[in-house]
Amino acid sequence: MPAVAMKVNGSQVSGDVEGRTLLVDFLRNQLNLTGTHVGCDTSQCGACTVLVDGRAVKSCTVLAAACGGAEVTTIEGLAKNGKLHPMQEAFREHHGLQCGFCTPGMIMTALDIVKRKGTSLSEETVRHELEGNICRCTGYHNIVKSIQAGASRM
Amino acid sequence: MTDTGIGARVARKEDKRFIMGKGRYVDDIHLPRETYAYFLRSPHAHAKIDAIDTTAARAAPGVLAVLTGEDAAADKIGGLICGWMIHSMDGSPMKVGPHPVLAQEKVRYVGDHVAVVVAESLADAKSAAELINVSYSELDPVVDPGEAPGSASLVHDGIERNTVFEWSLGNKEGADAEFAKAAHVTKLEIRNNRLIPNAIEPRAAIGSYDQAEDSFTLYTTSQNPHVARLVISAFVGMAPEHKLRVIAPDVGGGFGSKIFIYAEEVVCLWASKRIGGRPVRWTAERSESFLADAHGRDHVTTAELALNRDGKIQALRVHTIANMGAYLSTFASSIPTYLYATLLSGQYNIPQIYCEVDAVYTNTAPVDAYRGAGRPEATYVVERLVETAARELKIDPAEFRRRNFITQFPHQTPVIMAYDAGDYHASLNRALELADFRGFAARKAESSRNGRLRGIGFSTYIEACGIAPSAAVGSLGCGVGLWESAEVRVNPVGTVEVLTGSHSHGQGHETTFAQLVSDRLGIGLEQVSVIHGDTDKVQFGMGTYGSRSGAVGMSAIAKALDKIEAKARKVAAHVMEAAEGDVEFRNGSFTVKGTDRKMAFGEVALAAYVAHKFPTSEIEPGLKEGAFYDPTNFTFPAGCHICELEVDPETGTVTIARWTAVDDFGTLINPLIVEGQVHGGIAQGVGQALTEGAIYDEESGQLITGSYMDYCMPRAEDLPSFTLGFVETKSPSNPLGMKGCGEAGAIAAPAAVMNALTDALGVRELPMPATPQVVWEAASTRQAAE
Amino acid sequence: MYEFTYHRPATIEDAVRLLKGSEAAKVMSGGQTLIPTLKQRLAQPSDIIDLSGLRNTGVSVSGSTITIKAGTCHAEVAESRDVAKAIPALAALAGLIGDPQVRHKGTLGGSIANNDPAADYPAAVVALNGTVVTTARRIAADQFFTGMFETALDPSEIVTAVEFAVPQRAGYQKFRNPASRYAMVGVFVADHGGGNVRVAVTGAGPCVFRQRDMEAALARSFTPDAVKGIGTDAANLNSDIHASADYRAHLVGVMARRAVEAALAG
Repeated sequence: MPAVAMKVNGSQVSGDVEGRTLLVDFLRNQLNLTGTHVGCDTSQCGACTVLVDGRAVKSCTVLAAACGGAEVTTIEGLAKNGKLHPMQEAFREHHGLQCGFCTPGMIMTALDIVKRKGTSLSEETVRHELEGNICRCTGYHNIVKSIQAGASRM
Repeated sequence: MTDTGIGARVARKEDKRFIMGKGRYVDDIHLPRETYAYFLRSPHAHAKIDAIDTTAARAAPGVLAVLTGEDAAADKIGGLICGWMIHSMDGSPMKVGPHPVLAQEKVRYVGDHVAVVVAESLADAKSAAELINVSYSELDPVVDPGEAPGSASLVHDGIERNTVFEWSLGNKEGADAEFAKAAHVTKLEIRNNRLIPNAIEPRAAIGSYDQAEDSFTLYTTSQNPHVARLVISAFVGMAPEHKLRVIAPDVGGGFGSKIFIYAEEVVCLWASKRIGGRPVRWTAERSESFLADAHGRDHVTTAELALNRDGKIQALRVHTIANMGAYLSTFASSIPTYLYATLLSGQYNIPQIYCEVDAVYTNTAPVDAYRGAGRPEATYVVERLVETAARELKIDPAEFRRRNFITQFPHQTPVIMAYDAGDYHASLNRALELADFRGFAARKAESSRNGRLRGIGFSTYIEACGIAPSAAVGSLGCGVGLWESAEVRVNPVGTVEVLTGSHSHGQGHETTFAQLVSDRLGIGLEQVSVIHGDTDKVQFGMGTYGSRSGAVGMSAIAKALDKIEAKARKVAAHVMEAAEGDVEFRNGSFTVKGTDRKMAFGEVALAAYVAHKFPTSEIEPGLKEGAFYDPTNFTFPAGCHICELEVDPETGTVTIARWTAVDDFGTLINPLIVEGQVHGGIAQGVGQALTEGAIYDEESGQLITGSYMDYCMPRAEDLPSFTLGFVETKSPSNPLGMKGCGEAGAIAAPAAVMNALTDALGVRELPMPATPQVVWEAASTRQAAE
Repeated sequence: MYEFTYHRPATIEDAVRLLKGSEAAKVMSGGQTLIPTLKQRLAQPSDIIDLSGLRNTGVSVSGSTITIKAGTCHAEVAESRDVAKAIPALAALAGLIGDPQVRHKGTLGGSIANNDPAADYPAAVVALNGTVVTTARRIAADQFFTGMFETALDPSEIVTAVEFAVPQRAGYQKFRNPASRYAMVGVFVADHGGGNVRVAVTGAGPCVFRQRDMEAALARSFTPDAVKGIGTDAANLNSDIHASADYRAHLVGVMARRAVEAALAG
């Protein structure tokens, strides 16, 4: 089995993976970072979204072996010294989550939106940019509000 | 009230773990020496199993066991049950086909469980499953529910006409008489489309058998772990209840689909025992969820409304064919009967109602409760009929509704339900105002100038929640009582643990239940923990569905808190050397009337445990109370939703421009959470109306919409922000005056959308989901006619 | 997924060598289509040759040609100032593929080599009279897309870049499959000047195709009205639960007209 080494949430990690091991499985099963979720098998729900080299990708559609040398950020990497990231805080404040399963993917996608579109986001922009994330609980109303509020505090 | 009590808009306590990625869902849990299960599923909708050869699979790398229906029968693993007995009009009991956990003799839908492979890794299990050789003789599948009774093919041998029951409710002669003299009759043919629930967390289970203790533990994605334990113990016969622990940890959405007891969780438990106690885990892939989660809705209905000359409704007649799928799921039979026909009076005074429901088997996945469960179907029938009747009679749809609203409470409908409280005029009026109904004509004209068609639609819905008074549901065939239990444990320092039989899978119970405690005991939210989802911790419970956790679950907590307060008062009286009648409890403090003597709740709790200052022969030490609460009636949330939308007639694209919802849920514990429940419900209802529909191939019975590539989930861009308002009439049927809010949006929304869409297009009927093609065809036909 | 051996060559020569050395190897670019296919066990390659190590990315403009290297992801094309300046419709198209996460991984080369009948890029390559540059040769767009999931590529040939002719004006309009986000119908219209107009349709048929009647009409008059009333034969179009062939044929007309409007709006 080939070994792979990458930086995850700021720490250097390595492990033996099969060629077919997905990034999400490496994160969940080998690193025990279970905040990244799997909600579908056709790369649509976005629950598995993480940042690879600063860009949002679906970790269920990336091979772990292909991430050698990459910098990966997962939901577990956002809070610093117990202090929540402003985007996490905004989701809490605006009730942007219910069951919590899609939430890590939503938050990671939100950070990517801010990076590309800035901190002043219109409702239309946020709704459009969320096309790769599915939520079944919230009707998106409060997710959109959370992302707008979180962005404005970044 | 405290600033964290009832009515406070506080952020959720449970959120921190979810937003930090520290939620603990079933698939996040790993047990030592665990193994992986993979289910071989039927590729055929209907076939006889001639033989299953597992030789090669058993010899494959990493394989620990390959089990089939024969093995289950040999081990006397019982089948799955349906817990609600329905009797046909002729008095005969419903016809229940066997529902083995692994198929025996026949497979009955694509995705039916044929065998399980247990292996060291999931990849090993999957590869071995490919080596199982099943010989099938294909049979003609029964796919269309409307054709099921006439089909030559039988889903279950010996169940004639594929009919589970032919049931009726109401007075046929009375209704017929009204129709005979009606000034106007409005009739619609309605298909309530089949839906796939799609909680974003797929179902999962870990079964673990302890050889030394001869006991089982099941981690499962359940909305009601105690009911799962009851069924797996009493009916499947896995183990007695004290030897079976069921844990439903964080669960990622349910919407009904996780109420039911499924084959996979039973098989994981059984397989663990078969392989000597190593844990067996299974997590559904989304494609399996599509195939084998219980689906929702799927009614074929003819409905007609009889009206007099003044536009007053005189009678309603409904005939529905309800698709049950291949097997009767846990509560399947109750959905198109007591949760459907009993709500056909809507918000209206209808003197006569008669409804017949034929439930049929087809070679499709089982159909059971999905958010709303029967009540969305009823609301859709009533609200489409009412809107259509108003248009036919050329009466303003709001005025038509007003003319027929129930205004006196209590109100006994002709279909069992006794509505206890409501104000339907208030919610309609408030919704019209919030929706700027007066400005609609101008907005429509503006759309028209841009080549768009604008429409508006109402849905004045009702539902029955607070499920349910045990004796009442017992008399209707329910196999269990639908009370709820709670235990309140006060620690010596005054912090509180609430143990509840309700289960939270997104509803925010850890917050709202704590708010009740905060309100009653005057302590902060952070001093309260809510514990649920573990049969070893919580004694019993009926779980969360049917918007019951507030009205029933919290009422049980309130009852336990009454007992806590009563006992604490006794303790406080002794400690403060006062008569019990002179002790008052307010804002977290016990005081003695007319003195400055005062004890904080926490001090009394400590005194209760120290037990130095009261006679323990009269008052037991400690402060812990339990309660079972059985509601006295259903609750009747109701309201008015208004959808305003725009159609691009060239492409058939529908854009929802505005959504206004005014709901009456009685007492609101946390408006922030209530609003979230409404938003989510609306989104699912809009999904039903515009994007979602499970489609089986008529010939082969294959599920065509088997992934997100073909089953369209609403996305953020498909929905607007919602405008919400509330009316509050308290339910007299529970101590908190709550009614329930979890399903309202899903119940109200489809009719609001379709009423708006038919208004925009100027057509009478339109099928759901009204996809762009459906809308384009309707728009084109209409244009051609003009 | 079945087991396979994973390779991440650093040079295109190594990639070709690996490809030639194995009967059942598959090339992976962004993996956004291939990985879901592998997950469903619909393919069983012996080897996966991941091209991401080649770092074959970037956009360059020279005269009337814009060249995009095959490994350039959709997001990079969508955000490229050069592309937006030279062919705004192409940047817009790239921004409509899949969703943001997919656009961060999916590549131009991967998309056209796969030639999904509902992919967006084939419409751009055909309408912009593109040239597909491979490890072996240069292939004109009209010869490249040969059928459903089929191209003119040889088994050991890898796409390295696509050259697009910069048109005078162009527009792309996509009617999405609401579930999958692929094109149910996508129409790319490009006016190359001198009466040379190309109209390429994706999503509607088994493979991208040119709508010659519309091309002729637009060559005479590049206006939205020019395509009005020009039908597309539904007999050759796809029909599924989302859209009948007739509906798709109708949408080709609507999307073409709107694409012309977009082109004129510039």
